[in-house]
Amino acid sequence: MALEQFAPVGMLLLLSTGLVLIILNISAVFGPKNPTTRKTAPYESGMKPIGPAVRRLPVKFYLIGVLFILFDIEVIFFLPWAVVFRGLGFYGLIVMGLFVFILTVGLIYEWKKGALEWE
Amino acid sequence: MECRDIINTFAPCLSDTLGVSTDLANFLSITLGVLIVATFPLLVTILLIWVERKFAARVQDRIGPNRVGPFGLFQPFADVIKLLGKEDITPAGADKWIYNASPVVMVMAVLLIWAVIPLTPVHVGVDLEIGALYFVAVASIGTLSVIMAGWASNNKYALLGSFRVVAQLISYEVPLALALLVPVMLAGSMSMVGIVEAQTGMWFVFMVPVSAFLFFISSQAETGRAPFDLLEAESELVAGFNIEYSGMKFAMFFAGEFMHVFTNGVLMAVLFTGGYIGPFVDQIPLLGLVYLLAKASIWYLLSLLMRNALPRVRIDQLMLFNWLFLVPVSIINLILVAFLMFVIRELGLQPDDPRDFVQNIPQTVVLLLGNVALLIGTLTVIRNRFRAERLAEQSTMLPAQAGD
Repeated sequence: MALEQFAPVGMLLLLSTGLVLIILNISAVFGPKNPTTRKTAPYESGMKPIGPAVRRLPVKFYLIGVLFILFDIEVIFFLPWAVVFRGLGFYGLIVMGLFVFILTVGLIYEWKKGALEWE
Repeated sequence: MECRDIINTFAPCLSDTLGVSTDLANFLSITLGVLIVATFPLLVTILLIWVERKFAARVQDRIGPNRVGPFGLFQPFADVIKLLGKEDITPAGADKWIYNASPVVMVMAVLLIWAVIPLTPVHVGVDLEIGALYFVAVASIGTLSVIMAGWASNNKYALLGSFRVVAQLISYEVPLALALLVPVMLAGSMSMVGIVEAQTGMWFVFMVPVSAFLFFISSQAETGRAPFDLLEAESELVAGFNIEYSGMKFAMFFAGEFMHVFTNGVLMAVLFTGGYIGPFVDQIPLLGLVYLLAKASIWYLLSLLMRNALPRVRIDQLMLFNWLFLVPVSIINLILVAFLMFVIRELGLQPDDPRDFVQNIPQTVVLLLGNVALLIGTLTVIRNRFRAERLAEQSTMLPAQAGD
């Protein structure tokens, strides 16, 4: 049952990819094709680009990424809890409250440390 | 086997009347269904381009497209034909594979969401038991495509755009998923059909308006449109991540974006305003599609209004708004709703028949009161904080001004 359920999803994945590829290729047939050095140069407001445009990520974004992973995993834990919540009663409420409390302390710590400030 | 309900019994019909083998019949039926699910949003998008341009024009006191066809309705087709004749440029030094894959991923990510959306009571792409989780997973693929585009373009503007995407899109996914948890909790099911069916008695938007608000705002941010369109801020980054794309590839990014906005409207309809539920749906299932699209259109127009009426926010405001407002509020909201549901059960206010409107009123009132209390509390905290900030600013400003 488990994997068979996903057969239409897999099919949709293939079909939508195929559909977009077809549309893109139609355009390749109709459109002109005469690339020049000027035309293919990366746009930089009319200046000659200096150096490659593959640079390192500022560390700020990395912090946000870590915070995101933390909270996204939290959500994954939350989902099954939300489904069976009615059956768990008071116990479920207290346990999840504790879990959220620990995470919120983390968020407050990061905030007070200044990780969320953008200068 | 009678073949009256052709859509749902397509496979058995085929094998019975034409003598096709069961496997092939199943395969054909799935392919046909998937084809409809994949092309329907694309067709809607063509109309949406016209709606969007006309709406924006009216807001800005212009007329908008009115030359091609009646009311300019054929304008999107003219645009597509024009874009088909454009040259497809790949910038020098670009990572060709990733550069070309990015628009495909963009459209695919949005189309995949449609797999779990219940269009009518009987027509669902797939009624996955983990529909909500599937949505959270698939919705993040769009982020990936923007990062791919920015990274592979070999352009500094594009790269800066994709940096901001890392910050913005992944940040707003947190309140989005947390707000999504509330309907899951109320319905006691992760399946999208289960969530819609649980709203037969009462729409969730009346029970938990705060969650609906949080979901709406963060899904608007997820599409990367104004007032959250930092990833393509024209005035600073020219066009952001899609700057190097031309012709049909650029069109694919735009189609993906338009579709995403409408998909968000559909999701709002499914999760908070009862999806296909409406009068006479039991008799005529196809009426459900009309209700769903009507509800989705209202949410869609609301997001268009938001886009056209509000100015763009700064990146620091954007991040603070998310981490210090949306995330804490959605966490408190989640715990509050859990607590209120516990209270409702202890007091015995749960409806005996969840499908009955009148029996749903007591628990709706309790949840609504909790939401209003949360809203007032949040607004008080915000007002006090900003008042303190303003006073501190004034006290430091005054001596300096007196010195002038």
